[in-house]
Amino acid sequence: MALRAFVSPPVLISLIVVLLAATLPLYVSGYVLGLLTIAYYFGVFSMAWDLLFGFANEVNFGPSFLIGLGAYTAGILDNLYQPPIALCIAAGVLAAMIGGMVLALPALRVRGPYFGLTTLVAVLILQNFVVVAAGLTGGEIGLTIPDVISIDEKVNYWIALGFMGVSGAILYGLTRSPVGLILQASGQDPVQAGALGFNVTKHKLAAFLVSAFFSGLAGALMAFYLGTASVGTFIDVTVGVQVIIGAVLGGRRTILGAVLGAVFLVALGETLRPLGDLATFIVSAVALIVVLFFPAGLLGMVKGAREAT
Amino acid sequence: MSAPAAKLEVSGLQKRFGGLTAVKDVSFSVHAGEVLGLIGPNGSGKSTVMKSILGVERPDAGSVRVDAREVAGWPPHRIAQLGVGMVFQHSRPLHRQTVLENILLGLLPDRLFDLLPRAAADARARAIAERVGLSAVLNRRPTTLPFADLRKIEIAKAIARDPQVVLIDEPFAGLTARETASFAKLITEMRDDGRAVLIVDHNVKSMSALVDRVYAMNVGEKIAEGTVAEVMANETVRRVYLGGALTTAARREASFVDAQTPFLEIENLSVVYDKAQALEGVSLHVHHGEFVAIVGLNGAGKTTLFNAVSGLVPYAGDIRRQGKPLRGRTAATISREGIVQSPEGRELFGLMTVSENLDMGGHGLGDKERGERREWLFNLFPILKERQRQTAATLSGGEQQMLTIARALMMKPDLLILDEPTLGLAPVVMEQISKALERLRQTTDITVLLGEQNVTFALPHADRVYVLEHGRIVWEGEPSRFAAEAGAIYL
Repeated sequence: MALRAFVSPPVLISLIVVLLAATLPLYVSGYVLGLLTIAYYFGVFSMAWDLLFGFANEVNFGPSFLIGLGAYTAGILDNLYQPPIALCIAAGVLAAMIGGMVLALPALRVRGPYFGLTTLVAVLILQNFVVVAAGLTGGEIGLTIPDVISIDEKVNYWIALGFMGVSGAILYGLTRSPVGLILQASGQDPVQAGALGFNVTKHKLAAFLVSAFFSGLAGALMAFYLGTASVGTFIDVTVGVQVIIGAVLGGRRTILGAVLGAVFLVALGETLRPLGDLATFIVSAVALIVVLFFPAGLLGMVKGAREAT
Repeated sequence: MSAPAAKLEVSGLQKRFGGLTAVKDVSFSVHAGEVLGLIGPNGSGKSTVMKSILGVERPDAGSVRVDAREVAGWPPHRIAQLGVGMVFQHSRPLHRQTVLENILLGLLPDRLFDLLPRAAADARARAIAERVGLSAVLNRRPTTLPFADLRKIEIAKAIARDPQVVLIDEPFAGLTARETASFAKLITEMRDDGRAVLIVDHNVKSMSALVDRVYAMNVGEKIAEGTVAEVMANETVRRVYLGGALTTAARREASFVDAQTPFLEIENLSVVYDKAQALEGVSLHVHHGEFVAIVGLNGAGKTTLFNAVSGLVPYAGDIRRQGKPLRGRTAATISREGIVQSPEGRELFGLMTVSENLDMGGHGLGDKERGERREWLFNLFPILKERQRQTAATLSGGEQQMLTIARALMMKPDLLILDEPTLGLAPVVMEQISKALERLRQTTDITVLLGEQNVTFALPHADRVYVLEHGRIVWEGEPSRFAAEAGAIYL
């Protein structure tokens, strides 16, 4: 059957890891569960970013623009009118996808570093908007989100894990599918892809929409888990940098590696927390070393070793 | 019924880039089962014609018809879907995918919701691989394959689309003689399948056994059209490629003082890029004060040769300056010691002024000497004096070329390497540069190594000429013997 194409060692290993992770609530503390819940959402952020960077070859410095749109739209709606949570989340996703379209427009006109700059500016604009429209967004203090999906940390953990698992399966499957192949070709050599009859614009736009969908959805879910939204957790450039480093650390063009990188970053940051400000420094230094000396990332190193044989 | 319409019909095609008209008025047609060769030297506009057919460039005037449908101005993917395929010269396969997956790419429909692979496509991809001779390497990754196989992947991808019209850009560049033969067979098969094939290359020779007709162009216009023999015999073609009657001022080789140990000696030089052999067993020498021209078409290996001398690319073989090997010296040392290159790409500092660019060249000189040197160069290229305060990026192409040469001369070179100084320049500008070179030759004892594909420009200055073809020296001699002896190689 054609589906066999999607069954490979990395998929099986990931499945086993997710199943094992699902049993964690039975023997670890709530504190660790809380950390991992956040890490899983970051994993989705990084995977969605890898789709754009690794496959469509678009360096988007503004992942937090899409995440922030999802989180804040969902949060503000809940704060104002308390409609069903699902509706808030759907609105968040929609806002992020519109944001994705807005980001994609300059990508079709300008290339390379200039596109990167426009995405960075998008983040700054959103950040300023949140601060200026404090009445609506909670400004610098943060937005209170009255509803939560669940108060049980185990349930929240499983939701995050399940969401990450499903997102990973979809994104990974997408990149291994025929359209994924076309997307890679469009990213690597748009002229040649065009000459093969592929509408490069269409495929890149679709990649932006898919990336925005998962970023927005993850942002909205995380906002409902935290019960608050602030610039520092969702929009700030440092958030985007963490998403990017997670993806690069895990391995560009691997999708699954992004989760590894994101979890690693959160875990390392937490382990080193007793060191205070030094922790951030060490995490950054480790990320820098990996990016400099192992540009293929954690999963890329494993893959590279296997492909070389 | 009347005769079948041409599969591809180009008429009155025109394309301008800013003030430059790259293609003035080009018209030709290719029928099903026919191979047309489109030739022209560098800057003739043939690539622009190709890009206009593909939709990568939008023509300013004229029409491109595929199967009698007007496609000028369409986006590339729609033209491709109508049945135009392209075999690119530079293969850029997907490196993380296998050969099979790369071919499969060519079989995919342009749809967003094509999520499951199909067995039928897989079988077709295998059949195509079999046909082009890639069966044995189906599951390998492109990075592990030799250059010729990478080119075959390009052919396979193009065939996968089952195109009515196939454009092939420089099909034989970088291939060995045997690989060339098997590649030519693939092209013949495409023709026998009833496709219309357009081969774009520099000269007739490479494709003479393959093509039914040839369309030759130069500076954006047609200069000849007909069979291989007709085009090769055509007066204009011969003048463009071989130069007209020339007056040479060649000095006899024995007249140079360093006849025993020439200033520059290159022995058995080979350079391999990634997988393509750029130079193979090249040996040549240049005497002190001599003007040596290396003529060869684009891709013959001229730039690689110069870069090896300048220490910019690793090589096998020996390069000696006055008997001492240059190997192991950095590019900076080599140029500081007097072997200076005026590169093909010009590589000027675009945001600096003309004076500043010259000062960069003369940074090793004392203030007084630098000033004198600059005055001397302004005398050689008066236009640069007028442009002193202008930034290099705002100069015209010809002025930029003069500045490039002048900057190299600021370094007081013993040996000046000029790489394609006439590239993309108008005849009148070429004339100015030619005059400057003549004065340089008359008034100084500078040694010059010139790389050119424009024979008309190169021969009058040269004392000796080498012809470089596919990375090998195929002829050496005095300029006066060139047309008679090397003409056939060059056309």
